[in-house]
Amino acid sequence: MMTRLPAPAGLFINRDKPIDFSYEGRRLAGFEGDTVASALMANNEALMSRSFKYHRPRGPLTMAGQDANTLMQVGGEPNVLADQLPLTPGVAVTGQNYNGSLQHDRSSLLGWFGRFMPVGFYYRAFYKIPFLRSFKTWPLWEPMIRKMAGLGVLDLAFTPEYYDKCFLFHDVVVVGAGPAGLMAALTAAHGGASVLLVDEQPQLGGSLTYHRFDIDGVEADKLRADLVAQVEANNNIQVLTKAVCNAWFTDNFLPVIQGKRMYKVRAKECIVASGAFEQHVVFRNNDLPGVMMASAASRLIKQYGVAPGQRAICLTGNDDGYMTALDLQEAGIEVAAVVDMRAEPEQTDVLAALQSRGIAHYAGHTVYEALPSAGNRGIRGAELRAITGQGKVASQGKSIDCVVVCMSSGYMPVYQLLCQAGGQLNYHDGSAAFTLTNLPKHLHIAGSVNGRHALSAVLADGERAGRVALHQLGLSEKVPSDVFCSRQVNFDWPIFSHPKGKDFVDFDEDLQAKDIINATRMGYRDIQLVKRFSTVGMGPSQGRHSALATARLVAKATGRTVTETGVTTARPPFAPEKLAHSAGRMFDPYRRTRMHQRHVELGAQMMPAGNWQRPAYYGTTSQRQACIRDEAWHVRHQVGVIDVSTLGGIELRGPDAVEFLERMYTFGFAKQPVGKTRYAVMTNEHGVVVDDGVACRLSDQHFYVTATTSGVEGVYRNMMKWNAQWRLNVDIANVTSAFAAVNVAGPLAREVLLDMGADIDLSPEAFPYLGFRECTLAGMPARLLRVGFVGELGYEIHVPSRFGEALWDAVMGAGKTLGIKPFGVEAQRLLRLEKGHIIVGQDTDGMSHPGELSLTWALNYKKPFFVGRRSVDILMAQPQTRQLVGFTLPANSLKPEEGHLVLQGDDISGNVTSCEFSPTLDAIIGMAFVGIDQAAVGSKLPIRVDGGKRIFAEVVAMPFFDPDNQRQAL
Amino acid sequence: MPFSLLKFGLKSDYPFENDPDLPPPSELKRHYDVVIIGGGGHGVATAYYLAKYHGITNVAVLEKGYLGGGNTARNTAVIRSNYMTPQGVKFYAASVKLFQNLSHEFDFNIMYSERGQLTLAHTDATVRAFRQRAEVNKHFGGRTELIGPQEIRELVPTLNMNPAHLPVLAGLWHKDGATARHDAVAWGYAKGATQRGVELHQLTEVTDVDIQNGRVTGVHTNRGNISCGCVVQAVAGNSSLMAAKAGFRMPITTYPLQAMVTQPVKPFLDPLVSSSALHCYVQQTSRGEMVFGGGSDPYPLYNTRSTLELKESLLAHAIEMFPFMANLRLLRQWAGITDMTSDYSPIMGLSPVENYYLDAGWGTWGFKATPICGKTMAELVASGGVVPELIAPFAMSRFDTFKQVNEMGATAASH
Repeated sequence: MMTRLPAPAGLFINRDKPIDFSYEGRRLAGFEGDTVASALMANNEALMSRSFKYHRPRGPLTMAGQDANTLMQVGGEPNVLADQLPLTPGVAVTGQNYNGSLQHDRSSLLGWFGRFMPVGFYYRAFYKIPFLRSFKTWPLWEPMIRKMAGLGVLDLAFTPEYYDKCFLFHDVVVVGAGPAGLMAALTAAHGGASVLLVDEQPQLGGSLTYHRFDIDGVEADKLRADLVAQVEANNNIQVLTKAVCNAWFTDNFLPVIQGKRMYKVRAKECIVASGAFEQHVVFRNNDLPGVMMASAASRLIKQYGVAPGQRAICLTGNDDGYMTALDLQEAGIEVAAVVDMRAEPEQTDVLAALQSRGIAHYAGHTVYEALPSAGNRGIRGAELRAITGQGKVASQGKSIDCVVVCMSSGYMPVYQLLCQAGGQLNYHDGSAAFTLTNLPKHLHIAGSVNGRHALSAVLADGERAGRVALHQLGLSEKVPSDVFCSRQVNFDWPIFSHPKGKDFVDFDEDLQAKDIINATRMGYRDIQLVKRFSTVGMGPSQGRHSALATARLVAKATGRTVTETGVTTARPPFAPEKLAHSAGRMFDPYRRTRMHQRHVELGAQMMPAGNWQRPAYYGTTSQRQACIRDEAWHVRHQVGVIDVSTLGGIELRGPDAVEFLERMYTFGFAKQPVGKTRYAVMTNEHGVVVDDGVACRLSDQHFYVTATTSGVEGVYRNMMKWNAQWRLNVDIANVTSAFAAVNVAGPLAREVLLDMGADIDLSPEAFPYLGFRECTLAGMPARLLRVGFVGELGYEIHVPSRFGEALWDAVMGAGKTLGIKPFGVEAQRLLRLEKGHIIVGQDTDGMSHPGELSLTWALNYKKPFFVGRRSVDILMAQPQTRQLVGFTLPANSLKPEEGHLVLQGDDISGNVTSCEFSPTLDAIIGMAFVGIDQAAVGSKLPIRVDGGKRIFAEVVAMPFFDPDNQRQAL
Repeated sequence: MPFSLLKFGLKSDYPFENDPDLPPPSELKRHYDVVIIGGGGHGVATAYYLAKYHGITNVAVLEKGYLGGGNTARNTAVIRSNYMTPQGVKFYAASVKLFQNLSHEFDFNIMYSERGQLTLAHTDATVRAFRQRAEVNKHFGGRTELIGPQEIRELVPTLNMNPAHLPVLAGLWHKDGATARHDAVAWGYAKGATQRGVELHQLTEVTDVDIQNGRVTGVHTNRGNISCGCVVQAVAGNSSLMAAKAGFRMPITTYPLQAMVTQPVKPFLDPLVSSSALHCYVQQTSRGEMVFGGGSDPYPLYNTRSTLELKESLLAHAIEMFPFMANLRLLRQWAGITDMTSDYSPIMGLSPVENYYLDAGWGTWGFKATPICGKTMAELVASGGVVPELIAPFAMSRFDTFKQVNEMGATAASH
């Protein structure tokens, strides 16, 4: 049965719109504007989860999505915060991580065995059996322990939904729309800045939506109405509610998550007015449903119109607890006592207000133990004790009946974003107050995160921060002065250990005060080691409520101050965020050539080549070998065409183009005539061959250089890097995607080009092997390269990429009567292997130098320098240890696979880099790195093939096919 | 319930009260036989083996922060030996062997868990490289196989076999692949070392190195100066900076490496799965969290800040591999600082300074070498500079003599 308080309580809910939902299979009702947790509280369902380790019942702690107590399973989605999840019609919510039911969790027995599981026990257990030293038991225990661990269950059949991203640019981003944030945003906007205001809640106002700032309880509403109206009327302010700024990245780069979108925000100035997290009091059973932050009780009442329970105690270390008591009483909840851990309140009027309302008051007291109801599913009372010293209480106390304990020991700034920005959190041992220092120049803080707690100071501080931002933006001359605030809100030792334990410091990880102390006694004295040993702060709420208590306990146990002890580092994200938010639309670029559609029409099997898709072969997968052979046969006997658009293309222009080429590649280019191509090998500083291509000279100061498909990005980057130092007068442009290209190869290649209609003389005398021409071909502007990668008469035709498909069609049309056939990457690999041409990256590895690859002919020693020259010289002067050689095996032999090892005795001496059956030669041919004394032609190479069998291949001279290079020079 | 838990429960006080893992802080002495700079896994492992196997206990481990707080704390705890080169495979296989017995050796559970590691090949080039790695591994007795799509589906039924237009062609299945509680490795070594008399000094930063006639004679710290017989430098992420204090340069470039972790969910993934084409690896911890790692940041930096760009690409790729993970929630993103060498192999052994020994250049794979590195570095120190055969290939001088040990293909995004 849903019960609600009368309006004005329930700011967020719309009582006209009831919503049905189910919880643990039970049908319940709430209102639009509810979260699942608030709706559950309205239905008297305070039990929301079971704890991680002891499976203790847990209820809401903050009602603000900042604790792990409300983690639930929503369909296939685990670990959803019910106090943040908006209630939607029909949503089915269940608890998670229980054995039996949420009400009756068999695993809660673990709580009784707590004493058998002291902190760090798993480092001392589960791995051995006494007297049987060598037997390892962890592999047996681990699966059982793993099943116990984990919280919710992930739906493995879930398919990703649409998430996206959006860029925003603002002068000022204000994180947090509480009183400080509202003032900061208004001040900045009035000063002419464009402002983005971000807040997690559905409505602006922050603490003004739930906190009582005055005894009469009228100020917050008035102020909120005024400020929100001003913000809404201001065109300079963009507002994002239900949005969380989830990290601070360098230079105010802020991911703001709202719904299924991540805004990637660039802010010139960022003002964080993120507020402060209320901190709990450590006492026995402080984790049970019914024990909650004072602010959670206020939120329930003010935001959702829900009474947290019918009889409550307020345990406090500051005056805010008194205000909560007034809230409760005003809502008709009986306040059994206000228990102040201090000797007296800061302001006398709050005490008078209690007295005038007849609320019992205990100064210098604490709740020492919450008294559990049946099954620990709630509380039935609390035992009060007088405080006699730091963390010490009198031996006798007094029990008071209640079902709710509201607690507040003070606040910790919401410092996460600021620490991500390099800010330092300082604790002042005298006042128990925090400051944040060392912030970057364009990041500012305001309000309670800045240690200002009185409302007037919070507002003034927000205005100050807005003015500072304006000043930084150059929109204001004045530098405002700091805002003074004397209010103290933190009680310095709200930790009351109980001999029977269950006095929780960390609710996420079920860690009690003694666990933290014991970690230090084990020698883990550094706060980071305490964290790692005990797992404190590692849970879903990342130490929001455990960090301060842990620091205090560790400080005391190790004889240091809290400042010296420090807190553990805050890392992004601020709140748990779905992976989908970071992934967005899953933009995975891949590239198709301009001829892609033609390949598809011809039945090509595509393969990835870097980001590109290339035809592997044309035909069905079952006919793979036959297709490849047929394609190769056509190149050798008639003519074939392959799409080489993916080949890298780089333009070098300028007076220093030659000099640049001379430095980047090993060969000499100074004397390369215009209209000629030259093989270009690139080595890195280690003398290792990293890419190859062909340099074409278009004019004195203009080269077009090709690079490998997968290498061109690196080559281009490398060129830019070097010329950033050399400062040569040359333009370097990666024009890979500006050109589409094919290689027409085979004895009839020239006929194809003649038929296409070229405006140049194609005769071998006029355009010989290794020549380069610019011409018009089939009406298209084209660059022609006479190259011989596959070992036949061949023309690479490069055209502006918009002509790509037209080029393909023209070639296929012209070649139709000549029996032209497209060939794919597989046939090309075979053909070039027959010709003994290496593929950089396949027949080379991260160590291969030109000598090992028999590329010394492509080194020009006459020029003074090329990248890698020094290393190449040293390597060449050393005795060579291995060599890339060609080998053959009879056609009927077992075929080695690429990657199989070459042996020498029992040692590895090398590996097979390429290996194919060559129909042309009717033999298995391949290349392999071998030991230098295995490299002579005629030696027998032991190769270990699949199944461990050794076969013996014969080293032969390369090329395997057409050794005199007659065919490509036709 | 194991026997030991009963024992814990029957004690009236904290059961480990008289058996702390680490001793309380102590004063620095004026002289130590061995000073180890860096109290990470490698440093304390070296100290442990010196004390346990060589009887050398007048040893100080100096740590500027806290024990195991550098890359030991930040790595993703992958243990494997499926490298490319014979030198690498032999070295890491010896490390895996030591790891397997570490819990018993320490009498401290490091939760060594042999899950197997699966690396995915999406291109022909990767298949070739994997075949070679499998062959080299098998040659040295490692359990590594090249497996096909069907076997991959059986091992990881939840894997998307066609992520990001990169169909899974094959996989390198490394049965020896494992994980462990990374912090516990450092703690176990520190415990064993300090129990044998080694001194661990945290919050003790080495500010300078004394060298006389080319030989190290002592170090300066923020807590005073110490003389010593020899120094072992084991400061991953700071190697070249520390070497500069000792007066020499190292062929190292330093990059941040980021990783991230989700909220815990019930177990569904046993093996460690990685894909270098997607720059992503994934594993599920024994707590149920998913841990993701990827490639190093693309520019050199000595800073452990996180970036959005890396998170975006890494998590998109994680979702490509396991689409249902889109619904998982990320809890934490962090970074370590990695000292990369140009051949992706470490630098171990002698330095230009006499009696100043190097343990550096671990890039992204230092954790898995912790035991064998500690053991061999201890041998090096105990023998007064005789380099053990296993680490001889990793000498810094290899960069002068062009005897690099190229592991580039075996490390990218699989750490």
